[in-house]
Amino acid sequence: MSAAEEVVAEGHQAVEAVPKRAMTLGTGTSLLVLAVLLVVPVFVKNFIIFQMTMLLIYGLAVLALNILTGGSGQFSLGQSAFYAVGAYTSAVLMEYFNVNYALTIPVSAAVCFGFGYLFGKPALRLSGVYLALATFALATAMPQLLKLNFLEHWTGGVQGLVVTKPDAPFGLPMSQDMWLYYFTLIVTVAIYVFSVNLLRSRSGRAFMAIRDNEIAASSMGVNVALYKTLAFGVSAGITGVAGSLGAIAVQFVAPDSYTITLAISLFLGMVVGGVGWLPGSFVGAAFIIFVPNMAESISKGLSGAVFGVLLFLVIYLVPHGARQIAILGQQFAGKLRRN
Amino acid sequence: MELFTNQVLAGIATGAIYACMALAVVMIYQAIDHLNFAQGEMAMFSTFISWQLMQWGVSYWAAFLITLAFSFVAGIAIERILFKPLVKAPVLTNVAGFIALFAIINSSAGLIWDFTIKQYPTPFGSSPFLGSQLISTHQAGMIGVTVLLLLGLYFFFQYTRIGLAMRAAASVPESARLVGINTSWMIALGWGMATAIGSIAGMLIAPVVFLEPNMMGGVLIYGFAAAVLGGLSSPFGAVVGGFLVGIFENLAGTYIPGVGNELKLPIALALIISVLVVKPAGLFGRHIVKRV
Repeated sequence: MSAAEEVVAEGHQAVEAVPKRAMTLGTGTSLLVLAVLLVVPVFVKNFIIFQMTMLLIYGLAVLALNILTGGSGQFSLGQSAFYAVGAYTSAVLMEYFNVNYALTIPVSAAVCFGFGYLFGKPALRLSGVYLALATFALATAMPQLLKLNFLEHWTGGVQGLVVTKPDAPFGLPMSQDMWLYYFTLIVTVAIYVFSVNLLRSRSGRAFMAIRDNEIAASSMGVNVALYKTLAFGVSAGITGVAGSLGAIAVQFVAPDSYTITLAISLFLGMVVGGVGWLPGSFVGAAFIIFVPNMAESISKGLSGAVFGVLLFLVIYLVPHGARQIAILGQQFAGKLRRN
Repeated sequence: MELFTNQVLAGIATGAIYACMALAVVMIYQAIDHLNFAQGEMAMFSTFISWQLMQWGVSYWAAFLITLAFSFVAGIAIERILFKPLVKAPVLTNVAGFIALFAIINSSAGLIWDFTIKQYPTPFGSSPFLGSQLISTHQAGMIGVTVLLLLGLYFFFQYTRIGLAMRAAASVPESARLVGINTSWMIALGWGMATAIGSIAGMLIAPVVFLEPNMMGGVLIYGFAAAVLGGLSSPFGAVVGGFLVGIFENLAGTYIPGVGNELKLPIALALIISVLVVKPAGLFGRHIVKRV
């Protein structure tokens, strides 16, 4: 309303500057977590294995958003759209073309990468709230687009598509759920390692330079337009893989599973896990899978309110998400060692 | 041509709803610099309060004023209790806080007043306005109230000391504090005013969309879109944006083949984004100049 508003205070950033070393866990801790993830399924029931699979899948989707927001500083409420494209790509390839489920995953990754990259082009001119609205539009449009009449032959319209669950290969003595879990785990580890290395690479440094100061980055010779769209592409690609895995695990795709609610959950997962801290993505995924169920079991009628209160508690206690706990833990361990 | 004018008129009528909501969105954006996702739910809750008062036999205008006062106080209370502790937290954490507030209010309203649709009275009557079938007196009244609100806000911000202080606190907090403005309370005041405006929007919208806990879902999306289209720094832009979104939506539904009710929203949003690509700060918004 006044001319004075044109000047924005310095150092006011939407996304905090997280140094790249603080973005990951140490090697020892990572291997320990991996060992736990490998061993646990042997001892638990199929339903819990299924939930762990979903945890990894949502973790991947949150990780993708984390690369986009925590890495390159762009905000997206449209991740559900990329997730949907990935899920439908896999479902259509498997059900109409009899493609092996494992082969559909790289295809979804490529399709979503292209989609995200192209979407990133017009979104280049937008930032902050405006970018949030643009991605939000994508998320609200996606279920409607999937229901369109002329796509119905492929997408099954409102009814959606049923996806067959794969059996364990080579006659391995495993239940379908368990095999799918290990399959998801392999994909997750591969993508996690890829993401960690991506953020440590030249491109990753370019992302972070753009996040911290776009103008400074461009004057240092970083191709801002290229890296911003690239971040969108990579994020969409990973989300697409998560979508594919999700479709295979749930055995069903329908337009109304991929509404804005999914995008909001993924966003909450990122905040709870800690923006810019990649391992936190999986903590955040656990939050968005288990806390709503917990809230429901505490009070049926007020489950939304209980969820809200729990969410408030988390952000009061740890405004920087799970990353804060990890940092505290590290400091504590450091103190113990010194004593 | 007649179809066209009729659709534009109908668009203006629905646009008035969005304009009201957009005004509340811009108010709070001015005060706290974020979009409040719980704004619609707060408005819904206020509307339920006024409905409850009327059920207890309070007259419309008395209920209206009590609700306004209640919303103002509730807005300040929410800021003081829930969001003041988060001032130093990252922006995205605050956004998560809004989502939490959304869930809490929506679910509590559902528990208190359940999810059945309720009739809500209008003070303006619902007969055709000036013989037009498309605009009822209620919708005309809504447009009138929106314009009045806008004028009131303009005078408040331009000609009162406290309006000036709020503007200063929002634009350059450090300097504002140096000249003795209590910026923290200005933010709370912004919340209070935004909630009060939201409650007016809610009470005006309720006769059209009917009263229920999820009534604001769609309206808020359009309100955001309108605010962003008009430029988040301009209340005038928000109102114009609201009317434009209403007209866009109606014309897209009429003239683009294959667009049913379901595709109206995506198309309206796509149009808005195309406008934003050309004018990234909205139609009436100011470009923010960044210091490096």
